[in-house]
Amino acid sequence: MARHEVVSPIPGIFYRRPDPDSDPFTDAGAHVDADSPVCVVEVMKSFHTVPAGAAGTVVEFLVDNEDEVDAGQAVLVIEADG
Amino acid sequence: MRRLLVANRGEIAVRIIRAARDLGISTVAVHSTADAEAPHVRLADTAVEIGPAPAGKSYLVVDAILEAARSTGADAVHPGYGFLSERAGFAAAVADAGLTWVGPDASVIEQMGDKVRARQVASAAGVPTVPGTRDGVADVAAALAAAAEVSYPVMLKAAAGGGGRGIRVVEGEGELRTAFPEASREAAGAFGDGRMYLERFVRTARHVEVQVLGDGTDVVHLYERECSLQRRRQKMVEEAPAPGIDESVRSAMTGAAVRLGAQVGYRGAGTAEFLVDDATGEFFFIEMNTRIQVEHPTTELITGIDLVVEQLRVAAGETVPPQSAIPARGCALEFRVCAEDPTRDFMPSPGKLGRVVLPAGPWVRVDTWIEPDGTVPPYYDSLLAKVIVWGEDRETAVRRSRRALAEFAVEGVPTTVGLFVELLDEPWFAAAEFGTGTLEQWLAERKERT
Repeated sequence: MARHEVVSPIPGIFYRRPDPDSDPFTDAGAHVDADSPVCVVEVMKSFHTVPAGAAGTVVEFLVDNEDEVDAGQAVLVIEADG
Repeated sequence: MRRLLVANRGEIAVRIIRAARDLGISTVAVHSTADAEAPHVRLADTAVEIGPAPAGKSYLVVDAILEAARSTGADAVHPGYGFLSERAGFAAAVADAGLTWVGPDASVIEQMGDKVRARQVASAAGVPTVPGTRDGVADVAAALAAAAEVSYPVMLKAAAGGGGRGIRVVEGEGELRTAFPEASREAAGAFGDGRMYLERFVRTARHVEVQVLGDGTDVVHLYERECSLQRRRQKMVEEAPAPGIDESVRSAMTGAAVRLGAQVGYRGAGTAEFLVDDATGEFFFIEMNTRIQVEHPTTELITGIDLVVEQLRVAAGETVPPQSAIPARGCALEFRVCAEDPTRDFMPSPGKLGRVVLPAGPWVRVDTWIEPDGTVPPYYDSLLAKVIVWGEDRETAVRRSRRALAEFAVEGVPTTVGLFVELLDEPWFAAAEFGTGTLEQWLAERKERT
């Protein structure tokens, strides 16, 4: 089983929800597809949705909601299927 | 007015603090935790931290700003642009707290912020708006009749919808007969309502805006600005006066803007935005911005009038200067230097700055908040600096802009400066032959080439 780290492609502010009134995209223990959105990173008023990048089970989030993240920083871990 | 709270950050906060200083008014800065070291905080006489980095928890929190005013003894509030500047509720809360609001009354902000009501004000003041139907049109026969009145080309828009769905441009009667049912069906499917608005489509449009200043009784204009060069509705380069506009159009448009302001008893600085049809010379009111604009320095450089000082003066109860005392001379260009990467589709790029070299010299002004070794936070907009250049004519201003922008150097984050240097060498820019679609088209062609 492969460990897959989802990284933020850009520096910005990390959000687990598509907008403040919605549920989180996903949670630890949930299954995601490679193209499932797992978080949003906001940079200078523009929003970028980040896909899982691999199908599998979410193990843990490495940063908290609204934390500042750098480009290339790992934000969550997925145990890839297979 | 003795102590002014500036409810903003970045270059405009710095700009407002300077104007207040020039008038001998002391200043209060407010800031988020991310901006503790920011220049506007250092420049102000007093500073108050109002919350964490995200604007929604600091610069947009009305109660925190009012509390900062109370605790520092401020007697006036300047909202700058963006953030709370066009929230009628904020203007009302400031006034209710017994403070002077630097801007038009809350009721005027509300009225002009509502598209339908603003159009009504315009038509009451005899200011032309884009010809179109008032209500949705349900069938082809009604559409043909409406289009004949509006005149072709017309744009069809879903009455119930938004987001560009169902929008079609139609050139003539024959085309309308087939396009209307299609568009109507699409709208019915998407929104459950097949009625369509018809509106004149302005093909080669320029975006021109008139600066007005009112004291609650009299309204004067400070000429116009050309703002057509936009990317995704974000202005990148502006200039004053607008090139390629007939003197008769200019005087009709500035007159219309003054009537619009007078109609609502406007107090403060405001901007009436117009769409100018290059083909016919017609102009149409789009909307009014009830605040200072990012591009206001171009107007300041051609008139010699400090608009922020004027805002503070009229807010304190003084009158506007007579129209005859407002001259215009030469041409001013503004370039918005942003922390965006033109090679990556203008990706916003915050980060740590290294060396910063700002242009200077005769008739070059830089409004900025950046400093060497400073930080560009990811929380706010990407505007780093505005380079504003004056010349006795447009050709001189363009040449001087080339010189000034070549001096601009920032290490640490990508910026849009290089793009402006290229733009200044384009013959269409030198000839001022452009409209609202030109910049995006140029960027697309440029992308193809590389």
